[in-house]
Amino acid sequence: MGKTKQKENNQRTEITWKEIKRQKVLLFWAAIFVVYGFIFCYVPLAGWLMAFQNYKPQLGLLHSEFVGLAKFRQLFEDAAFLRVIRNTLAMGVINLAATFVMAIVFAILLNEVRSKWGKKSVQTISYLPHFLSWIIVTGILHDALSSSGIINELLLKSGILQQPLNFFAHPKYFWWIVAFANVWKETGWNAIIYLSAITSIDPCLYEAAAIDGAGRWAKIRHITMPGIKPTIMILLLMNVGNVLNAGFEVQYLLGNGLVKSVSETIDIYVLKWGISQNDYAIGTAAGIFKSAVSIALIVIANQLAKRAGEERLF
Amino acid sequence: MKREKEIAVKPKKYKRSAPDIAFTTLNTIFMVCFVIITLYPVLNTLAISLNDGTDALRGGIYLWPRKFTLKNYETVLAKDNLITGAYISVARTTLGTLTALVTNALLAFIVSRKRFLFKSQLSLFWVITMYVNGGMIPVFLLYKNLHLTNTFWVYIIPGMLSAFNMLVMRTYMQGIPDSLEESAQLDGAGYMTIFVKIISPLCKPVYATVALFVAVGQWNSWFDAMLYNRMRSEYTTLQYELMKLLSSVTNQGATADTMKNASAAGAVTPTSVRAAATIITMLPIVCLYPFLQRYFIAGLTIGGVKE
Repeated sequence: MGKTKQKENNQRTEITWKEIKRQKVLLFWAAIFVVYGFIFCYVPLAGWLMAFQNYKPQLGLLHSEFVGLAKFRQLFEDAAFLRVIRNTLAMGVINLAATFVMAIVFAILLNEVRSKWGKKSVQTISYLPHFLSWIIVTGILHDALSSSGIINELLLKSGILQQPLNFFAHPKYFWWIVAFANVWKETGWNAIIYLSAITSIDPCLYEAAAIDGAGRWAKIRHITMPGIKPTIMILLLMNVGNVLNAGFEVQYLLGNGLVKSVSETIDIYVLKWGISQNDYAIGTAAGIFKSAVSIALIVIANQLAKRAGEERLF
Repeated sequence: MKREKEIAVKPKKYKRSAPDIAFTTLNTIFMVCFVIITLYPVLNTLAISLNDGTDALRGGIYLWPRKFTLKNYETVLAKDNLITGAYISVARTTLGTLTALVTNALLAFIVSRKRFLFKSQLSLFWVITMYVNGGMIPVFLLYKNLHLTNTFWVYIIPGMLSAFNMLVMRTYMQGIPDSLEESAQLDGAGYMTIFVKIISPLCKPVYATVALFVAVGQWNSWFDAMLYNRMRSEYTTLQYELMKLLSSVTNQGATADTMKNASAAGAVTPTSVRAAATIITMLPIVCLYPFLQRYFIAGLTIGGVKE
């Protein structure tokens, strides 16, 4: 009796011919999915070999000359690559911080809106940019920041600027424009998850606090914030691994020759060398570097969270 | 001390403290600013797209067209490449969403069966793909070797399964009581019947969520068209054509002079055509998303708390 109970809890079915026959349909489709996944997700990993070879497409993976870490050495001796790492990290961190803080602030403040209708409308509007493609968003941004755009017009009228400023011609603005673009696009969307976390906070806590004379600010600080802290931690962990992924489309679409030194990210570097120049080995090596750092970041963040006694991913 | 009154009078709506009123006011101002910043660029683009192109160059168009015309839209709709792009975009969005829905659902169904022999192994097999991938170059070469590049299918086949969407569906299916499956099995139903007739009807909300995610991704993607189908104009997508349109204008050095020359012949300018194309491209999604809110909220919440 105790044994069967335990077996049920483990929910593991023993592999027997009878069971295999019973599940043959499932096994058949599972096999197809494994083949599909193997081809599209695992076979590309074999392509990582290219980074350790003097890869020649006509020779293929098996016959190209093996050069060890030479390509990686070449990569790290390239000043352009180091600059690209700096750009990717800087924009990744700025974007993460900016979108994160804005989403939380927006969710908390939206939750404080008393009118149900107002809350609903603002929320619906806030999702809109998420559904627009980066093509559209960067196009709009180009218009808004152009020398005859609305931002320059406002700055000129308010007397902050005497001359229209071409924002896209100065490297010093680029990272902040990218951060703003991300905040504009994703704040409403990212807030969804915090808003649903806030709704699951026990209303009794707020009532009790009100009786104790807590104002709205105190309630936010002592109830709402601690209430959504686990969600914040989880999302932070999930996003830390994405820091290096935080840039391709925007930078590609917004960048231009004048700001190249700050706009190019690892992905753009890969595209430039790998696809346009056909130097597959260098492109792959840069890609591997990115994957390795991403995974390391996830693991480190996870360990830190573990040590701090917080939620973690695995 | 100040709040003693509040304790006595429970419905606070009528008696508000000064900090409370200040908070509400500031919060309202914040929300209004937020809405303006979100909506203004879109409405401005709409106004420019409906305005006479040459007239728009004078500036000063904000939320309402000054010289109303539909000419910009006529120009856009007469561009063959944009029409082709629109067809391909619609095709990839419908076909891509349908196939992704079926494959993700079927895989989620398999790994959510409690008795399935390899459920943890199969889940792990897919979870790994979320964290490790080959990267741009190996993937590009793979598609090339599979002869997927320069075809329409490069938009559909590689994206049929995504571990994230599959896990969202799996989480939902795990919440369906086993007794349904068991009783159906007693009646002699096979797994496929259970999947189609019992589980799927109950999963409509999560199917809608995943369909929405996939459809938006398909509609908005442009990079795959650029990377894999650059040479094949018959497989171009709307977003990619829009990108070409936008970059041709910005790179021309969009000074007012060149635009005035360009517009001397007609009332359309690159800027106004671009605005019209932008509006057409965003229209389908902007019209649909408000009605699908509860689905993506549900999906995000499931996705966020998974594992």
